[in-house]
Amino acid sequence: MDQLILQLLNGLDKGAAYALIALGLTLVFGTLGIVNFAHGALFMIGAFCAVVFSRLLQLETVTIDPARLTPWGSPMEVRTPLVQAWLGDFGAVLVQWSVPLSILFAIPVMLIVGVAMERGLIRYFYKRAHADQILVTFGLAIVLQEIVKANFGANPIPVTAPAALAGSVDVGGWLGLSGVFYPWWRLVYLGFALAVMGLVIAFLRFTTYGMVVRAGMEDRQTVGFLGIDIEKRFTVVFGIAAVVAGIAGAMYTPIVSPNYHIGMDFLVLSFVVVVVGGMGSVSGAVFAGFLLGILQSFASMNEVKNILPGIDQVIIYLVAVVVLLVMPRGLMGRKGVMEN
Amino acid sequence: MTALRNDLIYLVVFAVAVLAMPIWLAPFGAAYPDLMQKFAIYGIFAIGFNILFGMTGYLSFGHAAFLGVGSYAAVWSFKLLSMNVIPAIALAVLVSGLFAAAIGYISLRRSGIYFSILTLAFAQMSYNLAYSVFTPITNGETGLQLALNDPRVIDRALFADAPGIPRPNLFGIELGGYEAFYLCAVILILCFFVAMRIDRSPFGMMLKAIKSNQTRMAYTGFNTRPYTLSAFIISGIYAGIAGGLLAVTDPLAGAERMQWTASGEVVLMTILGGVGTLVGPVIGAVVIKYFENIFSAFHMAKLEDIFSFLPDGLESFVVSIVSPFVGEGWHLTLGIMFMLIVVFLPGGLMEGARRIRARFGGGRGTGSKAHSSNPAPAE
Amino acid sequence: MLIKKINRRVFLQSSGIVGAGLAMPMILSSAARAQGFCNNPTGSKVVFGFNCPQTGAYAEEGKDQLKAYELAVKHINGEGDGGMLNTFKGTALKGNGILGKKVAYVTGDTQTKSDAARASATRMIERDGAIMISGGSSSGVAVAVQSLCQDMGIIFMSGLTHSNDTTGKDKKKNGFRHFFNAHMSGVAIAPVLGEAYGKERRAYHLTADYTWGWTQEESIKAATEALGWQTVQTVRTPVGAADFSQYITPVLNSGADVLILNHYGNDMVNSLRQAIQFGLRDKQVNGKNFEIVVPLFSELMAQGAGDAIKGIYGTANWDWKLENAGTKAFTKSFGEAYGTPPSQAAQTGYVQALLYADACERAGTFNPEGVVKALEDFEFDGLGNGPTLYRGSDHQCFKPVLVVQGKEKPKDKYDLLQVVKEVPTKTVTYDPSIFGGELGPVGTKC
Repeated sequence: MDQLILQLLNGLDKGAAYALIALGLTLVFGTLGIVNFAHGALFMIGAFCAVVFSRLLQLETVTIDPARLTPWGSPMEVRTPLVQAWLGDFGAVLVQWSVPLSILFAIPVMLIVGVAMERGLIRYFYKRAHADQILVTFGLAIVLQEIVKANFGANPIPVTAPAALAGSVDVGGWLGLSGVFYPWWRLVYLGFALAVMGLVIAFLRFTTYGMVVRAGMEDRQTVGFLGIDIEKRFTVVFGIAAVVAGIAGAMYTPIVSPNYHIGMDFLVLSFVVVVVGGMGSVSGAVFAGFLLGILQSFASMNEVKNILPGIDQVIIYLVAVVVLLVMPRGLMGRKGVMEN
Repeated sequence: MTALRNDLIYLVVFAVAVLAMPIWLAPFGAAYPDLMQKFAIYGIFAIGFNILFGMTGYLSFGHAAFLGVGSYAAVWSFKLLSMNVIPAIALAVLVSGLFAAAIGYISLRRSGIYFSILTLAFAQMSYNLAYSVFTPITNGETGLQLALNDPRVIDRALFADAPGIPRPNLFGIELGGYEAFYLCAVILILCFFVAMRIDRSPFGMMLKAIKSNQTRMAYTGFNTRPYTLSAFIISGIYAGIAGGLLAVTDPLAGAERMQWTASGEVVLMTILGGVGTLVGPVIGAVVIKYFENIFSAFHMAKLEDIFSFLPDGLESFVVSIVSPFVGEGWHLTLGIMFMLIVVFLPGGLMEGARRIRARFGGGRGTGSKAHSSNPAPAE
Repeated sequence: MLIKKINRRVFLQSSGIVGAGLAMPMILSSAARAQGFCNNPTGSKVVFGFNCPQTGAYAEEGKDQLKAYELAVKHINGEGDGGMLNTFKGTALKGNGILGKKVAYVTGDTQTKSDAARASATRMIERDGAIMISGGSSSGVAVAVQSLCQDMGIIFMSGLTHSNDTTGKDKKKNGFRHFFNAHMSGVAIAPVLGEAYGKERRAYHLTADYTWGWTQEESIKAATEALGWQTVQTVRTPVGAADFSQYITPVLNSGADVLILNHYGNDMVNSLRQAIQFGLRDKQVNGKNFEIVVPLFSELMAQGAGDAIKGIYGTANWDWKLENAGTKAFTKSFGEAYGTPPSQAAQTGYVQALLYADACERAGTFNPEGVVKALEDFEFDGLGNGPTLYRGSDHQCFKPVLVVQGKEKPKDKYDLLQVVKEVPTKTVTYDPSIFGGELGPVGTKC
């Protein structure tokens, strides 16, 4: 029983990550009609926002101490952290909480990156063939990756959650079961993801701005005829997608140490999630993310693997095939989007 | 009749260009057998991919699966039957054709992005299983290779054993570097010829009609499925031949040949060269493989060597500018090139060739008119 | 064949016009067939090929390895401070290249994919005339390139490869490995684990689902079971899974009190950090502290794992903090050149390059026949690992194995591991027949 609860939590947690990435992708993909292979790179940039932010907080002054020597005989460098030196204990707290705080840093950065991408490149591709979109966004993804690799190396970079949230919590206690422990940070991530998804969906559904965007997805021409500047709204949508992907990446760093190709690793998966959810449906993508995450967790249980060896490696793709064969447009897809 | 003559000229020019690779590639540092084999093999792969994508508009994101299956089939033929390449290629064609028929039959029930994701899912399942659970058949991460004690029943029945692991041969002619290249080159030319015939045939017309408007085709009471499925199987067989040839030139078949990155690579090759053109995909394949193999091989000492004719200060400046783009940075160059080409040459490298011809008034040239690669917009 | 002949003729005719420069590849390849063995160096230079991962998950190790090779070439050619050449006991190398020829080198990117690695190695052999290939950071690639070198008549000095297969099931006459293997890791670490954690333990394995992972699991399982430990469960995890939570939670209530992570690289970094987030190390099971073991360590991966590595036991081939003359000399010249201490990937590459050069010098030829003979059953000392034997029957090096532990209070980011024990060579030596495989004849023709 407690195993099932734990796997359900694992699945929700994975699903939260999948859904968050897919959320931004489905906005640009299902609605702007852009096959964005650079979406994974946005996730990666977000993750490195967290890395950069915590490094900024830990900036040090370096002085050379000729009295002490490194093992190969050159003078040793002595480092003093700046933030702690200026702010004392408060500085130490800042450093501790750098990951959640990095969201504040990631939002403007990602907004700039997203808007720059859309205005500088993507907008010229709204009317181009999907093939061209694939090539240009893939090229962009590689370039962004390589820039990060050149600056941060290829190794994963350890990022730690705040000490208060680093351990695990007795989830079973809340439910009246014993011995069900789950890491704090993963619960935080789940809650964070739900909040972000709720905000985005509410924005699209309940604001006039979102309504126009949705109308633009349905029929861009007519909205244009009404004298509404749909182009500008599309820029905003792209910016939102970039921010969502970015903060998803930043918050994920304590769970999976970021490296320069973490985005590529998630890219294929996020396309699968979006399509299983159905093109043009935001809630479909969210639902599919959770569904695939949970199924993946349960398929990895030893009891299941003993019956079907290797099922955990293919479950996502297997589910994708079954869903797409049974439901022609995925779980909640709209007719006519990306079917040609 | 002029169309036919133009095609003939086109084919001859292509054949000469392919066979003369050892000459004209030499100044680019690419005229060594292994890379030229790769050019030819990935050319075949991309031509086949274009038969599906370029003609019908169906974007498969799992074509590497057929390449991988073809490789495994060929290596197993070497292991079990004979080191002769004919049965190996035949088996690769058979297995990849069957595999493509099965996957195509299911995937073609959907169109657009749904089709792409179905093919991707099948290919990723193949890759993940080949890497792990199917290791007895695929030898997992290391890749399936030949061993001294393979059965090779036909060879053992006919010839005496030589020491060491034998190499693939064509009826006794051992396929070393250049021999294997010419074998690949001849098969590439054959494949190009077949693709050209398909393109000019009523069947090819039908495929293009499907691409331009499938719904209209369906409304005329026309069942498009047999046509798209045939195109899918043909292009799967092309991939299988390419996979088989990879095994012929280098008898080792690894699972990563089936990974999505490999599928993505052939998509990129085709788009880079020019979707829907005959020779474009080959050019795309050559360009990408060239970058992968040549640009990755530079290192600091070599750069300093190259630029040593410059004065000292300038030399170190130029080296420091160039070095991020070669060696470990070759991906960066590739990415920048993708973006530049798609921004300035919509329609791929063939579009560039067309523009140059148009500028210099050459007019029709060899008949490689770039087809408009723009399908109907998605909205 | 007709086509080929015609084209050769066409080629030769036209090359007369185009100029001799263009004809190089063809002439080289036909010359190679005439010279007795592949890429026999005839000029004043001999070319080494260094095939390292420069993109992908192991790019950092590849980069470190390339630096070490650069250094090795410098030292062989008599430039720089000489490094371990000064401590290499009884070497025939004189610091003037090999057999009077200067060493040049070419590099390539394996991408940690067998296909790409073989393509890259083939380029170095066919185009650049490399006489030896070295490098790599994964066993799949090492096995694939090793068999290629066998077929092409080139010597392969493998880099970081830890699978039993490289010098076991898939061993080749032209391939040599300096790095240790999974079997040695198991034998070396088991007694240390027994001392630290007791003889009554229940172990749970998470294993990367590919060949290296399996040999690692098999070896460590055998070694710990011989100690008296029980194996509760062995679970295979997909390579590159990133999030391992669904494999870690079943450990919690399985009754196991030790988790053994047969992972390497990013998988190891992620699974170890996540296991600790799940509170495994704070747990008490069966009245004992829950422990985690990572059988194969590397400094670069330890940097990636951060604090999670503290107190964790593992094994290593070499560490820059060892107290011997060779290590000190190497660490000094590497540190002076690049500002960081060398990783074990760098050391094994450096040593392999030196050993190859020395073997050629002693054999008096670059012919693989002679080089193989010179390396087989060669005993050497002063290269950082103490007295070492290159065993002739499987081309595996035998030397002490280090058992290491993550430091509780590291001084800086290069000081993450401490050597707990140097397990003597005798303990880790095994009978070569246990892994099967056959060396076969020396390959010499292209």
